[in-house]
Amino acid sequence: MPNLNDILTLLPEAYLTGAICVLLLLDAFISERQRAAVHWLALLVLGVTALLVVSGQLQGTASAFGGMYLRDPLAEILKLAAITVTAIVFLLARPYLEDRRIAFGEFHTLTLFALLGVMLLVSAGSLIMIYLGLELLTLSSYALVALNRDSPLSSEAAIKYFVLGALSSGLLLYGMSMIYGATGTLDLAAIRMMVPMTPHHGLLVFGLVFLIVGIAFKFGAAPFHMWLPDVYDGSPTAVTAFIGSAPKLAAVGMALRLLDMGLPELVRDWQPMLAVLAVLSLAIGSLLAIVQTSLKRMLAYSTIAHMGYLFLGLSAGTAFGNAAAVFYAIAYALMATAAFGIILALSRAGFEADQIDDLKGLNQRSPWFAALMAITMFSLAGVPPLFGFFAKLLVLQAAINAGMLWLALAGAVFAIIGLYYYLRVVKVMYFDKPAADSILAVSTNLPLRWVLSVNALALLVLGVLWGPLFDWCLRAFSA
Amino acid sequence: MSSWPLLSLLVWLPIVGALPVLLAGARRPRAARWIALLVSLATFAVSLLMLHGFNADSGAMQFTESHVWIAALNAHYALGVDGISVALILLTTFTTILVIVGAWEVIQDKVHQYMAAMLVLEALMLGVFCALDALLFYVFFEAMLIPMFIIIGVWGGPRRVYATIKFFIYTFFGSIFMLIGLIYLYLKAGTFDIATLQALRLTLPEQTWLFFAFLLAFAVKVPMVPVHTWLPDAHVEAPTGGSVVLAAVMLKVGGYGFIRFSLPITPDASAHYAWLVIALSLIAVVYIGYVALVQEDMKKLVAYSSIAHMGFVTLGLFTVFALLRSSPDGVMASLGVQGAMVQMISHGFVSGAMFTCIGVMYDRLHTRQIKDYGGLVNVMPWFAVFMVFFGMANAGLPGTSGFVGEFMVILSSFAADPWIALVAAFTLIIGAAYTLWLVKRVVWGEVTRPQVAAMKDINAREAFVLGAFALAVLALGVWPEPLVHLMNASVTGLVQKLALSKV
Repeated sequence: MPNLNDILTLLPEAYLTGAICVLLLLDAFISERQRAAVHWLALLVLGVTALLVVSGQLQGTASAFGGMYLRDPLAEILKLAAITVTAIVFLLARPYLEDRRIAFGEFHTLTLFALLGVMLLVSAGSLIMIYLGLELLTLSSYALVALNRDSPLSSEAAIKYFVLGALSSGLLLYGMSMIYGATGTLDLAAIRMMVPMTPHHGLLVFGLVFLIVGIAFKFGAAPFHMWLPDVYDGSPTAVTAFIGSAPKLAAVGMALRLLDMGLPELVRDWQPMLAVLAVLSLAIGSLLAIVQTSLKRMLAYSTIAHMGYLFLGLSAGTAFGNAAAVFYAIAYALMATAAFGIILALSRAGFEADQIDDLKGLNQRSPWFAALMAITMFSLAGVPPLFGFFAKLLVLQAAINAGMLWLALAGAVFAIIGLYYYLRVVKVMYFDKPAADSILAVSTNLPLRWVLSVNALALLVLGVLWGPLFDWCLRAFSA
Repeated sequence: MSSWPLLSLLVWLPIVGALPVLLAGARRPRAARWIALLVSLATFAVSLLMLHGFNADSGAMQFTESHVWIAALNAHYALGVDGISVALILLTTFTTILVIVGAWEVIQDKVHQYMAAMLVLEALMLGVFCALDALLFYVFFEAMLIPMFIIIGVWGGPRRVYATIKFFIYTFFGSIFMLIGLIYLYLKAGTFDIATLQALRLTLPEQTWLFFAFLLAFAVKVPMVPVHTWLPDAHVEAPTGGSVVLAAVMLKVGGYGFIRFSLPITPDASAHYAWLVIALSLIAVVYIGYVALVQEDMKKLVAYSSIAHMGFVTLGLFTVFALLRSSPDGVMASLGVQGAMVQMISHGFVSGAMFTCIGVMYDRLHTRQIKDYGGLVNVMPWFAVFMVFFGMANAGLPGTSGFVGEFMVILSSFAADPWIALVAAFTLIIGAAYTLWLVKRVVWGEVTRPQVAAMKDINAREAFVLGAFALAVLALGVWPEPLVHLMNASVTGLVQKLALSKV
């Protein structure tokens, strides 16, 4: 039976669940003019949740419900990062949602539900919990993608996402059942103990393949990336900003729980699988991004390439590699919110600003936001001294240290190719004149402007002072 | 005085100074210009202060600062200079002032952004020359591309977008493999400290891989044949100031990289593959010289002549190994490295001045085609004086700085192998041919076109810039001793390191 201690360990998630229910009720009874209250309350909820996460971790590492739920430094980092990017997305999204009359309450509560899924997933200590968190996250995401009911593109994206997502969940579940069959337990720590003892090694590897497929699908790593460009493109940009950031943190948490915690003994088996996925993602993401004219699609393909880099860190299978992967996920999430934030800042009712050409001459209209976007693009491209460079440096180093020099070289080659399409965005903003009929203007919403500025400048500041953040990531794996 | 972090001041002053320039905004271009000039003058003053305090008798790193940057990677914010870096730092701070003055009225569009980009670029180049930590070096080395990318792309000519993207991707392509090499070295040594990496023992196969990784990065930057094709494009499309900085300072980063990384970290592989670099250098000197001869665009001609002149730098650096074999005392080898360094500094002044001259003509007639000019001496006598003088310097006339470096390199390569010296000496003929022919077609002769007849002679501002360059070229040509003395101890130290095998 769960005791009070279990509940207290789970306090951040428990609080968040309660708060979402209150928000849902509030939203149902509040008048149209007071809708903004939901927005600010949701931000307040995020703040309190973050405080609970930090104060919980201060009491040390613990587990609850018989090891189903873990409170450890890894979960803390990922949760705080996810809460931060969710808050950024809320602030960036508000003018966009208001302009388009997209249901305010639903957006906030569904996003919070997705966040709850992220938090449960990264804290999971058993296969069941992983599945639970994952489904909470993805089911909320399906609904978010379809939030703009009148848009056929959104509906198409949501259906595509749902069908492929359900398939991948099925595959993941199938893999889990194999692991369960081979080890007789769902608990990750116990699975780890059982792996060397089990006589069913073939069954384990068989299950592992399905697990990897499930993980790759959630990351959007090639060749399981088909859903990603359509979903990024079809979703309302506010939703894309969320889907492009927080779930990547969840995915890295899921991969680390399953592979590093549950199946480290099988590293010889999953290392080459991840390496192949990494190279494929790098190639497909980098090459296909070149030909995109839609900024959102380009960023979608760039995500695929970035997941390739993240896999470089994961596939090393070392504490350093894991820390590098977590670091990369955080860096990527911050870059994604900044990039989509610019689209949100430029769009308004009837104008999405989601084509690369829509940014033409931005430097003349708004030098400040052009500079922020340029910082973001150079950071995504991995040019020092920006955050994205050091994230790349760390995963490359992890790969070389694990004896996979060829993988690092592949990463280097695709970084050069990737450079081109980021430079193209800078080119459009700085070197092109605005079109004569262009109505480019940055949103006047102050919170959006501030958050976007802080977000993009953080890429520069963290590029110089990233040491403490990486130390924090390393500590999560030092135990 | 040593308690002052002089080098940090040097590196960060232009970056901090770029902020008020940017804040001046598009509506106050005058303020932007003056602040930028003041900042560049202050930076130059700091570099002079550094020169004053520098002890040239010691080959050790001076003014060193070191703070832990990233504890997890044992990376340090470590700065320091020896004679080689001091010379290049002075070249950078000096050139930046002239570039800012040179752009005074020429740049009218987004003045504040141009000036700020120049200052940031200066800071990053200074950072490259000061960095004692390989990771820090790499950060400066790569970050430098961003302001240059913007400068060429925003204020450049009609094909600027193609040129600037080519420039960025080419250079990035070279350096990313160096990054892999640096990570490899780090994993072996456990530190990014350049001095430690230089002392690290490496097997020959390891050295070979690292050597080629470094070669790729620095050969693109120098640039050497066959990875030079970005340079003519970038030069032609860049605004005058961009061309000047590119030729005068940025190419030197490649030569500096050879001196700091390739040679001391992989001496055995460098000795092993010296023939390759020497061959490529000779191709640059002779073949690119011929290519320069047939150019119709003045900027392209000077760009190709830059590649040929930089060939002397790599030639001087890599004949060291043959010289060390024949005379182990290293006197001749030192001469080669000295020559390469003098050639770099001299080329900085001469090419900067040549591009400024072309900029002066372009501002009046808006064409860079040689055939559009002719008879300038009749309408712009003062300009003609400078143009002819710099032409002579470019051709390597004794008495100008262009002669000193080339002579030292040819002298040392003669000791290595007379055949190398013979081929290299061809430059005296080819260089004279393309430069003097250019001068003949542009400056001498009768005025045939009415547009040329209407051209005004240089104003005081242009005279100041060209005069400053001329003074430097002349001083270095007549009395190179202070520069040689400045670098002597450091060069000797380098050659001693190269004499020891690391295998």
